[in-house]
Amino acid sequence: MKEKDFKRPDGRKIDETRKITAKVGIIGNADGSAMFSFGDTIAIAAVYGPKKMHPAHLQNVAKGTLRYNYNMISFSVSERIRPGPSRRSMEISKISEWALEPVVMTDRFPGTVIDVYVSIIQANASTRCAGINAAALALAHAGIPMRDIVSSVSIGKLDKQLVVDVAKDEEDWEEGEGATDIPITMTSDGRITHIQLDGKIETKQLKEAIKMARKACKEIYEIQKKALKESLEEK
Amino acid sequence: METPYITGERIKEYLEHGKRFDGRKFDEFRNIEIETGISNKAEGSARVKLGNTEVIVGVKMDLAEPYSDSPDKGNLMVTAELLPLSSKRFEPGPPSIESIELARIIDRMVRESKFIDLEKLCIKEGEKVWNIFIDIYSMNADGNLLDAAGIGAVVALKNAKIPKYDEETGKVVYGEWTKEKIPTKKEIPLSITIHKIGSHFLIDPSQEEEDISETRVTIGSHEGTIYSMQKGDHFSLSVEDFEKILDLCEKVWKKLFSEISKDLK
Repeated sequence: MKEKDFKRPDGRKIDETRKITAKVGIIGNADGSAMFSFGDTIAIAAVYGPKKMHPAHLQNVAKGTLRYNYNMISFSVSERIRPGPSRRSMEISKISEWALEPVVMTDRFPGTVIDVYVSIIQANASTRCAGINAAALALAHAGIPMRDIVSSVSIGKLDKQLVVDVAKDEEDWEEGEGATDIPITMTSDGRITHIQLDGKIETKQLKEAIKMARKACKEIYEIQKKALKESLEEK
Repeated sequence: METPYITGERIKEYLEHGKRFDGRKFDEFRNIEIETGISNKAEGSARVKLGNTEVIVGVKMDLAEPYSDSPDKGNLMVTAELLPLSSKRFEPGPPSIESIELARIIDRMVRESKFIDLEKLCIKEGEKVWNIFIDIYSMNADGNLLDAAGIGAVVALKNAKIPKYDEETGKVVYGEWTKEKIPTKKEIPLSITIHKIGSHFLIDPSQEEEDISETRVTIGSHEGTIYSMQKGDHFSLSVEDFEKILDLCEKVWKKLFSEISKDLK
């Protein structure tokens, strides 16, 4: 199938994300907070810290610890999920932590912990990417020194076609080769801090996918930057 | 992280002069904001803000076997999570006693008021009934999560639609809804918590006020008819005090109800 013949269920162009919204400063109690959405997928993030790490044996004398907690609200999906952590959410928490760590200057805060809490209010796939984007904003909003901001997007391969920002009905693609889901996180200068892949793809096409992610991440980065600037103007 | 002693003393001093830090009267709620339909995956949902306090509540439904003591009735389950996202005071991990108590207080208000007509949620007696889950999440905790959750629960229930159900497969068709709403009674219960500080009674405490509250009574009621009640915290109450609480509750209930009635249609 030729690229121009390929129809996405919601009519988007293959390299088009859903409508993105980002807002910084949404949770009064937090040191930093933000909301980030890809269409129907809404993530919110709150940052608390840096604060002293308890218990003391978890303290790292060389650098601070970044701790990420990803949580899906029970009614964010069609079939209610039981509140509380799951194997899935614990793994996503860990990879999200790794996605952010390279840009957070934890070496400035030895012995401390920075807690990042992410909740998915409404889910329509790409929740971990929305979470990471919200978290990056919340960390910046908290005034935590960062080398850069990260931006995250999912690339999908639907049958043979690559698309940007996978929605749920695309994630469940069954025709032809089915769906391959590739969430990717990048710094603004294009370094990869997180990548996962489930499905089937040739090396050559994966390289292609990375290029698409790079382009989409640049767009997301601009939106993140704008949201941060707006939060400063409001004050 | 707790309210400093000196702040507490200052609050009490203010109360002696009939004043609160934020200028409210003792029987006055903070600004109430209600938004419905905050998750399009939920059967019904609401966001409630009381000043800086914010909760979200969602209603989900699925099919299950009835309990043996109520074979012809739907099941109700209320859970609450005090998200660490919403306050420094909350930590990840198993549910704290605060979140369990909150969920149970709201559960009893909804259940005992018979606000939901659970009998209409029976599909086949003894075999298949609807489960209703009310899930409460704190988004920003700044006092009085209880009443925010109570308002959120009834608003979410009021705007909840029953999902489609495929009789052949016996399964819920998720993501598709009937036009039917969850059957609810006209008498809408609201939870109102009255706090006692010194010789004063006040409602809708800020976090600081809640911290120095000596005791609280949460009442689930409709126009003076009481369905559920819980006294919390360490201090005792005289019978006179208790009667004052009941009268104050009835008065505050009317005000609160008229203020939010547009969201309960």
